[in-house]
Amino acid sequence: MRAFFASSPEFTITIAKIAILLFIVLTVNAYLTWFERKVVAHIQSRWGPHRVGPHGLLQPMADGLKFLFKEDPTPAGVDKFVYYLAPLLALALALTSIAIIPFGPDPIRLRGHDIYLGIAPLNLNIGILALFAITALGVYGVALAGWSSNSKYPLLGGLRSSAQMISYELTLTMSVVGVLLMAGSFNLRDIINAQARHPEWGILGWNLWPQILGFFCFFTAAVAETNRVPFDLPEAESELVAGFHTEYASFKFAMFFIAEYTSMITVSCLCTIMFFGGWLSPFPASWTVTQYLPSVILIPFGLWVILDGLRYETVFGRLVLPAIGTAITTVGLILIVDPRHINEFIQAPFWFLSKVLVFLFIYVWMRGTLPRFRYDQLMAFGWKLLLPVSIVNVILTSFVILAKMQWGHQ
Amino acid sequence: MTTPLIVFFVLAALAVIGAISLILQKHPIHSALSLIVVMVALAGLYLLMGAEFVAAVQIIVYGGAIMVLFVFVIMLLNAGIEEHTNLSRLAGPPGLLLVAALAAFVAATIARSGASVQTAAQTGALSSTKGISEMVFKDFVYPFELTSFLILVAILGAVVLAQREKS
Repeated sequence: MRAFFASSPEFTITIAKIAILLFIVLTVNAYLTWFERKVVAHIQSRWGPHRVGPHGLLQPMADGLKFLFKEDPTPAGVDKFVYYLAPLLALALALTSIAIIPFGPDPIRLRGHDIYLGIAPLNLNIGILALFAITALGVYGVALAGWSSNSKYPLLGGLRSSAQMISYELTLTMSVVGVLLMAGSFNLRDIINAQARHPEWGILGWNLWPQILGFFCFFTAAVAETNRVPFDLPEAESELVAGFHTEYASFKFAMFFIAEYTSMITVSCLCTIMFFGGWLSPFPASWTVTQYLPSVILIPFGLWVILDGLRYETVFGRLVLPAIGTAITTVGLILIVDPRHINEFIQAPFWFLSKVLVFLFIYVWMRGTLPRFRYDQLMAFGWKLLLPVSIVNVILTSFVILAKMQWGHQ
Repeated sequence: MTTPLIVFFVLAALAVIGAISLILQKHPIHSALSLIVVMVALAGLYLLMGAEFVAAVQIIVYGGAIMVLFVFVIMLLNAGIEEHTNLSRLAGPPGLLLVAALAAFVAATIARSGASVQTAAQTGALSSTKGISEMVFKDFVYPFELTSFLILVAILGAVVLAQREKS
């Protein structure tokens, strides 16, 4: 066994990458719940979680422990196999989809191996299609959970979600066709590189501007695919108790929860890659000053955390918050001094993650402000508005590309 | 044994077990799930041949769209465990005979043209998206358009039938 791992380092590297990415994604998931509760609370003039740890920062861990130790009853009359399969399916597919996302262009060099950020191989020529394939299967987790629970409300939730996901998947796929036509490739790395054709254009070179219709359709359909507000009809609390996961308790419920948040992250990454230039900087390439932006953000933020921590009510907070703040400030200072070209390397992942964070914030923002669609409105909106608009977008893009080709030949 | 060969046998076994389970399962949802396993295993086999595009489309269209509709309809009708009638029991033995005949036919065909079957997987046209699109939109453009017209007619027919039932 050891000889096998020594002879094929790619294998070891991939397993290590999977472990690291899984750890990061699950941690981000946990803190996304904290982030969401905090933001929604502040939108509604509340404080949100603030009892467990300073600013409620240990709340996700308390929640995780609670999920693990709660009683896990299986309702009578459920279809056991499908009942247990559904959360597994939902979580496994959601986590698999993250594996296809590339997070940065340059490899880390370690003992002569080039380690790229992202698990999928560089030449994954069906990148976006593979993602859609995984999303297409994701419906089963929700639909089967609703059906196998042997209960009225979950069944209604499952039916709604199947109908909704079938409807919006069409729009989701159609709306990226314009981007694919412009890039001429399914490969996610090629799609980002195609947006860097004019390095001096910066933000103006992104697919967002020529594909603004496509972006509108894509983001709306993506929110619907992830069953989030205002499209959360499968789990509409006021109508269906909790929808498809009403009969799930303990960690099986947590699995649906993690799956939902993971698919939120995937969709945000996808929006970033398809329309917002992925890891490209929004500034023209000749502006070298912007490489200090991570430090400019990190140092004041770290100093603010230190100051805030010194005034915090609890002793624990007065110890922990300044420590976190010092760590953040130190990272910012190291990036300015930049002994080993770390700053240069983290530029791309920095922009990528910032954009993803903005999309995650928009998700939470929408949850805090928008009311839910009615079911017939949802269907009419998907079929009568979004789908025609995305098809028109494909036709328009094709004509423009054709015209450019004709024009270019003369 | 090389790694691709092991992967092939795992996927092939998965497809065959899924297909058998599809027939033997008593509940329609379980049968539909078995069919999804078959579809995904087939997609894996396409991937093994290097036909990435076909593999992805196999999952998106068959594993995703079509099977979701199947599951949706089964859930909507709340179909229960299958019931056996005299006629359905009678269909068993001839069905087995038919399976044996079909298997023998396929085996004979493969045995006769063994070499060409092996090389068929490695033709380049199906492996890349570009190759497929050139084939569909250049070499076979008329059959392709005819098929899409046929699908359009079927859609219109479905709409007409649904409307008539309503009024």
